Amino acid sequence: MSMIFGVPAAVLSGQLLIGVINGAFYALLSLGLAVIFGLLKIINFAHGAMYMLGAMATVIMFDALGINYWVALFVAPVLVGIVGMVIEYFFLRRIAGQDHIYSLLLTFGIALMIQGVLTNIYGVSGLRYSMPDVFKGGVNLGFMFLPYYRAWVIVAALVVCFGTWFMIEKTKLGSYLRAGTEDSQLMQGFGINVPLLVSLTYGFGVMLAAFAGVLAAPIYSVTPVMGSHILIVVFAVVVIGGMGSIGGAIITGILMGIIEGLTKTFYPPASSAVIFLVMVVVLMIRPSGLFGKEA
Amino acid sequence: MTMMKKLLTSAVASALMVGGAQAEISDKTVKIGYLADMSGTYRDLAGPNGLKAMEMAIADFGGKVGSAKVEVVSADDRNSPDVASSTVRRWVENEGVDMVGGMVASSVTIATTKILEENNKLGLVSGSAASSITDAHCTPNHIHYVYDTYALSIGTPTAIVKEGGKSWYILTADYAFGHAMEADVTRVVEANGGEILGSIRHPFPTPDFSSFILQAQASGADVIALANAGADTTNAITTAAEFGVTQAGQTIAGLVVFLSDVHALGTEAAQGLQLTTGWYWDMNDETREWSDRFMEETGARPTMVHAGIYSSTMQYLKAVEATGSDDSQTVRKYMMEHPINDMFAKNGRVREDGRMVHDMYLAKVKTPEESTGEWDLYDIVRTIPADEAFRPLSESKCKLVSGN
Amino acid sequence: MNQPVNQTDIQHGILEQQRSEDRKKLMVNGVLLLLLLAAPFVMYPVFLMKILCFALFAVAFNLLFGFTGLLSFGHAAFLATGGYTTGYLLTNYSGLTTEMGIIAGTLVATLLGLAFALLSIRRQGIYFAMVTLALAQLVFFFFVQSKFTGGEDGMHGIPRGELLGVINLDDNLNMYYFVLAVFIGCYLLVQRIVSSPYGQVLKSIKQNEARAVSLGYNVDRYKILAFVISAALAGLAGSMKSVVFQLASLNDAHWHMSGEVILMTLVGGMGTLLGPVVGATFVVNVEYQLSQGPLRDWVDPILGGIFVLTVLAFRSGIVGEVQKFVKKNLG
Repeated sequence: MSMIFGVPAAVLSGQLLIGVINGAFYALLSLGLAVIFGLLKIINFAHGAMYMLGAMATVIMFDALGINYWVALFVAPVLVGIVGMVIEYFFLRRIAGQDHIYSLLLTFGIALMIQGVLTNIYGVSGLRYSMPDVFKGGVNLGFMFLPYYRAWVIVAALVVCFGTWFMIEKTKLGSYLRAGTEDSQLMQGFGINVPLLVSLTYGFGVMLAAFAGVLAAPIYSVTPVMGSHILIVVFAVVVIGGMGSIGGAIITGILMGIIEGLTKTFYPPASSAVIFLVMVVVLMIRPSGLFGKEA
Repeated sequence: MTMMKKLLTSAVASALMVGGAQAEISDKTVKIGYLADMSGTYRDLAGPNGLKAMEMAIADFGGKVGSAKVEVVSADDRNSPDVASSTVRRWVENEGVDMVGGMVASSVTIATTKILEENNKLGLVSGSAASSITDAHCTPNHIHYVYDTYALSIGTPTAIVKEGGKSWYILTADYAFGHAMEADVTRVVEANGGEILGSIRHPFPTPDFSSFILQAQASGADVIALANAGADTTNAITTAAEFGVTQAGQTIAGLVVFLSDVHALGTEAAQGLQLTTGWYWDMNDETREWSDRFMEETGARPTMVHAGIYSSTMQYLKAVEATGSDDSQTVRKYMMEHPINDMFAKNGRVREDGRMVHDMYLAKVKTPEESTGEWDLYDIVRTIPADEAFRPLSESKCKLVSGN
Repeated sequence: MNQPVNQTDIQHGILEQQRSEDRKKLMVNGVLLLLLLAAPFVMYPVFLMKILCFALFAVAFNLLFGFTGLLSFGHAAFLATGGYTTGYLLTNYSGLTTEMGIIAGTLVATLLGLAFALLSIRRQGIYFAMVTLALAQLVFFFFVQSKFTGGEDGMHGIPRGELLGVINLDDNLNMYYFVLAVFIGCYLLVQRIVSSPYGQVLKSIKQNEARAVSLGYNVDRYKILAFVISAALAGLAGSMKSVVFQLASLNDAHWHMSGEVILMTLVGGMGTLLGPVVGATFVVNVEYQLSQGPLRDWVDPILGGIFVLTVLAFRSGIVGEVQKFVKKNLG
């Protein structure tokens, strides 16, 4: 067996693939953050909570109403999106125009509230959710066993990521959005309902987080605190990519998945810290992140 | 017989009272503090339901010890030794708390027992796992009641090696308790003629285990041991099932697995998992009877920690009643001299280092076909006798053990 | 400026007004001091010391955030570094007196602060917050990995020892007055800094950094110094806390702690001197009292609610709102 730095090549290719899968996941999560920051200048510390809500909604809807995975894949994000719009309408709107630090603090507080209430109702051990039957099993790639579900995760995440990027950067709707959030008075003058546009954008951003939550439900322990663990990492990804850069968030997400995967192979204890190391180094060299516009 | 005993003890107690020893039960109140994580990572282990278990014990005892009433105060330790120590200091120094029960996070337990030692009060630790609590950190003022990492890492590996699982790979939480368990497992496996092929130290918490499971798979080991806890363990087990680890013939051994974890995983993902537990609700009529009452109160089946909180509180009250005193040393001495026989433990003994030793059990998680209900989760495969289950005193570093 | 008819009169008037305001301030401070001196006879001393340590931590944070406009999301690193260093030294070198251990802890935190400052000071706004967060996460990783911290078990049994080798700090009252003296010293120091010409420059950097640069100030140097002082005081708070509680734990290094000090400062009133003190008192009390009472399972959501309420309704914090009220109705 050929070896690379003392690790069999087969194992390494497996780790790389796992890295890409996790990276696609990070991309999906950081994409929502980037949309919300890039278009609304809101630092959404409730993003982890929205991801958690997506996963919790999937499980609860199945238990209570028998709603299956495929339906949940659409319904859960829409529900969470509505929750997001409610939050935007009642809370975030009131601090528009203030320093964006306040949006960070406000959304952090909201996240604490949502998490705390759900913890008291559902506990922290996790809710049970089984994998949809179609995804049971996997395929042997020679260098690793790839569960079908992970293959689906990577496809679903990348399609949604690319679709979002295309919609915002390349379509007319996207250009309205960007213009509407950059110069709201002008767009208001053109008869566009800017406050609604802002609500919808925030709702859309948290929908992406909830979608990632649905994808996570069959493979990760679904608990009210699942989002708080991942939040800081996803934030690091967005910062490294350049706050607000949508393409940057996607590319950096995948890149960080790979770097984390390699760390898990060569020096596992550091795999949670490596992203922060990368972040410090990147910001030393490029103050606004890899793909950010210079401030 | 028991009637006789009760009469005698109360006669002795009242004789003592008349003899001017009213101060034996301080303030004429037995005040118990319940300290645990009520809202964080360890909430489901002990948490609010542990308080229920404690209150059940007091109610079953009659709510009074002789003429002294029993009171409970409770607090969320927030998994923070700061919060725990401000709380416990106030309890024992200003509010006359005699005994503190519960306690989960090791940092909280160690901080609390130090304060109890300073103030000569008693601690009955039910939630914590770290075996250092009765080793390097032992005090004459606490008893470690339910289980510890040493006991957990003995039972499962011994049994599995004997069944033929010779080569091992360990996934270790990169934390003091993970390291301690890794060392214990290594020792046990090697002593039984098995070998350790490798181990990985992963950060705590790790959301995605696929990378580590893949490496464990590639090692070709017969057994993958999980020296971690909580969400890390459940995530690792889910991922192992997803990656076909068990279908490919490898065995998963969970070291710190609680009923609440297995309930969250479900038999589908956890079937066949071997684990060690200090107690299971469905062992006999006694345990079932108590668990039914617990479930009526809380809506869930008790974990071994909940049962331990009930039992330790009950034993404490019995000791206070028998000795007519809530002085920590008097009570602890009584508890050391009198074996524990109740629904939690048969012939349990409290050793001089504060370790309560009792039989532990090797369990195997049922398959979905075998399981008849949401909480019908374990088959008890083997009883691990108390003498084998816990660290022998000869290996102890505790200052209280004679010869140390 | 118009030429007043009688300049000395006006100057005299201003001076008089200043004096009466000073007198008022002195009176308020005197009353506060008396309360603080008497407090341990009414309240539980260890709890009071906890409040003072967190108040100092918040004062340190506020010097950077409230007066210089730099949001550090990594201040937990300094609190923990101070605590662990002092704890390690006092536990392992019995020859050290307590204040030497505390000074050493503060020094190490100061150096770490300098390193943080050099690496982060050129970053703007949210990027600055994120770099400090990332650096603090690396420090957290170091503490998790290091044997001397005891990992998640924490560092326990730190001896309180004797102040200057004479005063026994195991006595809670002695310990309290020592902590109080250090706290008041630091508070006065920050007060001096803020009202000094240096402090004025910091404020002008906060208001408009570009203008401060064009006025010829070496803005980076000013910011670095502010960061280092803030880190030193945060480290001192951590050092004292480890002596008071006789323990140091990973909780102090976790990013939640960095979030908590933001909450304290914000609730109390950022950019005011007394704000962080009031905020720390409030938050520590709320967390503690709630964790004991019937709402003990609900501490986190309630703290979250306080966050939300503060940002939405009381953005200037308790002290800021009171000041506004006083100005409007009594001024």
